[in-house]
Amino acid sequence: MGKLLMKGNEVIAEAAVHAGCKYFFGYPITPQSELVAYMARRLPEAGGLFLQAESEIAAINMVYGAAGTGVRVMTSSSSPGFSLKQEGISYLAGAELPALIVNIARGGPGLGNIQPAQSDYFQVTKGGGHGDYNIPVLAPATLQEIIDLIREAFEIADRYRTPVILLGDGMLGQMMEAVEFPEKPAVKETHKEWTTTGTRGDGAPRVITSLDLNAESLEQRNEHLQRKFASIRQNEARFETLYCEDADYFVVAYGTVARIAVNAVKKARKDGVKAGLIRPITLWPFPLQPFIDTRDRAKGYLAVEMSAGQMVDDVRLSVNGRAAVSFFGRTGGVVPTQEEIYEQLIITAGGGDVNENGI
Amino acid sequence: MMEEIIIAGFGGQGVMSMGQLLAYAGMAEGKFVSWLPSYGPEQRGGTANCTVVLSKEPIGSPLVSNPATAIVMNAPSFDKFEPKVKPGGLLIVNTSMADRKSMRTDIHTIYIKATDMAGRLGSPKSANMVLLGALLAYLPIVSEEAIIQSLEKVLSPGKQHLLKLNEEALKLGKSHLISSETARS
Amino acid sequence: MKTVFEKTSGLKDTPTHYCPGCTHGIIHRLVAEVLEEMDILEDTVGVASVGCSVLSYDYFNCDMTQAAHGRAPAVATGIKRVLPDRFVFTYQGDGDLASIGIGEAIHAAARGENITIIFVNNAIYGMTGGQMAPTTLIGQKTATSPDGRNAALQGMPIKVAELMATLDGAAHIERVSAHDVPNIIKAKKAIRKAFETQKAGLGFSLIEVLSSCPTNWGLSPTESLEWIKENMLPIFPLGVYKNSSVGGKA
Repeated sequence: MGKLLMKGNEVIAEAAVHAGCKYFFGYPITPQSELVAYMARRLPEAGGLFLQAESEIAAINMVYGAAGTGVRVMTSSSSPGFSLKQEGISYLAGAELPALIVNIARGGPGLGNIQPAQSDYFQVTKGGGHGDYNIPVLAPATLQEIIDLIREAFEIADRYRTPVILLGDGMLGQMMEAVEFPEKPAVKETHKEWTTTGTRGDGAPRVITSLDLNAESLEQRNEHLQRKFASIRQNEARFETLYCEDADYFVVAYGTVARIAVNAVKKARKDGVKAGLIRPITLWPFPLQPFIDTRDRAKGYLAVEMSAGQMVDDVRLSVNGRAAVSFFGRTGGVVPTQEEIYEQLIITAGGGDVNENGI
Repeated sequence: MMEEIIIAGFGGQGVMSMGQLLAYAGMAEGKFVSWLPSYGPEQRGGTANCTVVLSKEPIGSPLVSNPATAIVMNAPSFDKFEPKVKPGGLLIVNTSMADRKSMRTDIHTIYIKATDMAGRLGSPKSANMVLLGALLAYLPIVSEEAIIQSLEKVLSPGKQHLLKLNEEALKLGKSHLISSETARS
Repeated sequence: MKTVFEKTSGLKDTPTHYCPGCTHGIIHRLVAEVLEEMDILEDTVGVASVGCSVLSYDYFNCDMTQAAHGRAPAVATGIKRVLPDRFVFTYQGDGDLASIGIGEAIHAAARGENITIIFVNNAIYGMTGGQMAPTTLIGQKTATSPDGRNAALQGMPIKVAELMATLDGAAHIERVSAHDVPNIIKAKKAIRKAFETQKAGLGFSLIEVLSSCPTNWGLSPTESLEWIKENMLPIFPLGVYKNSSVGGKA
């Protein structure tokens, strides 16, 4: 197929089609609107169906209905619209329906702006809706990585009967990069024995619901969900490390911030600071392993985010008090620069000669 | 090698497509490339801009606050990006739409009446290609062949007849720059 | 001996949780009989809503999906768009459809979704304990309109059948009532008509059924049926508001 120059939003859409997604229910919102428009054009071509819903709320509930029939289905939005989908996501988690929800996050709170942000971290990784639940969250850093992660997202969704979130930001959605789609066949629909498609001689009627009025029985359902979440924690944590073998100081960043941080880490190493990078690829489950591997010898961790400090909580939990954890963040759509991250890294490395303005 | 270029102007001046063309050409030459547009209400009415990065290494941030090169196609873009160019960097000004001199003494500035020149070719809309030609003459970050090949891909099937015109505009910008820079030295 | 009453295979053999004198049970039965008579139980996916009928999935003897409050038409849309050859219906009350879910209902109708909505209107929120609904009558006392619904304060009741009939995507819209036997027979015919409309692929159908709530109205079952006749019929006139013969998308 060769290399293509594509926008992040379009890569997400095309990757989903490649992964066998045939149904998309969407609603426009900047900065993810290209994704919706791409699907409107592309899905009919691929023998699927695109429908523009009247709201994000309707869209996620259409996803719920379609997911109950067992097909690969998705929706996408950006922060304020994602909040509206939150009700439906809780229902998807409760009724154990597989689906993909994309959040191309923007500055908040409220209407905020349309610039890139990572301030929906808490919302996507800590449940976000009502009830005890978690959802696997994948956070690509490059457009090429989107292609792999979209496929994995659908596989995880089917394997565990769970909605999965792909979290990006306005920059990832809007930027163009060269990508290459591997010649993998679309994933075959697996037979799902829990769907509601009309019984058609296939035994007794089935019900998809998250309702259980009996306390003991709902507790059992919740325990079942918790066992599933434990299994996801065990098996699905993904991360990438750079220069971590001999590093003293570790930058922790995900998504677009991680790609900026790479350059800061490289520069620090050139200047004699043994820096490394830990990049969580799944935000839930948050990858514990790279911290277990490094926390007893680490001289410090620096979490960098486009938020006022959200992922840093998970970094602190993972480091578990064994090393200092500091934080640097920009908010409101401001993207931290490589130079800023470098300065913070030098400060973290205890540069005594560092003043507020850097080195 | 890392080239960071911001291209800015009114919507409709071909700012976005010029950036994409550069990115395509870079990709064709095996470089890592990124293209990032300004988006949303910002691009309605006011100025639009895009940032292109070409590199031999994987690209960190596609967002550049202080580019080495800026191409400004109108007066508001000139005002906005003139102060942001890195010292030692390059500023290319479309003087058809922004007729003043730069106050910076620490950067190299190229002035070119791109819209007028493109107009004489019969298409003022090709001003972007004139400017691109000037850029490549001064800073050969991608080859002219790569640009022309990419042009075929960027132009929609219905616009292939504009290929020749765009090529001419590109060459015009290039030759103009060479003659004026020679005159200057 | 002549059989005068038989259970319908459209309902599971489960006692319902509905209050004595509530007409939900009758309306369930009408829908179930239609599905049985049309022999489409195995080709049907129902969508349960939130309200007194939240457990309807325990009663209908076909595949069922539970929707969030008000969202049943969107859920039904998702199912029907994937499975256009199956019958898809929602069963919603007035709080669910006319209040929180009015947007989903209107847009499903506007799109001409080929689904059937059974809309049960008893002018009150039943499950949450008798609060004012969008269909509560002027002067009607509820837990949240203790002095009676006051138009100046709480606005006017919404007439769903009339509203839906204005939408070009709607194919068959009819209001019926469950307050006496002749009307119950008419109600069943209307429900059948709605599913036939869906079968013919004509588009959106909605049957509004006036229903009772003795518990929250504070009336006996018999008084409740009388109350529908006396108070609801003048405000919610029965009849066909949109005829399916031409189809919603015509």
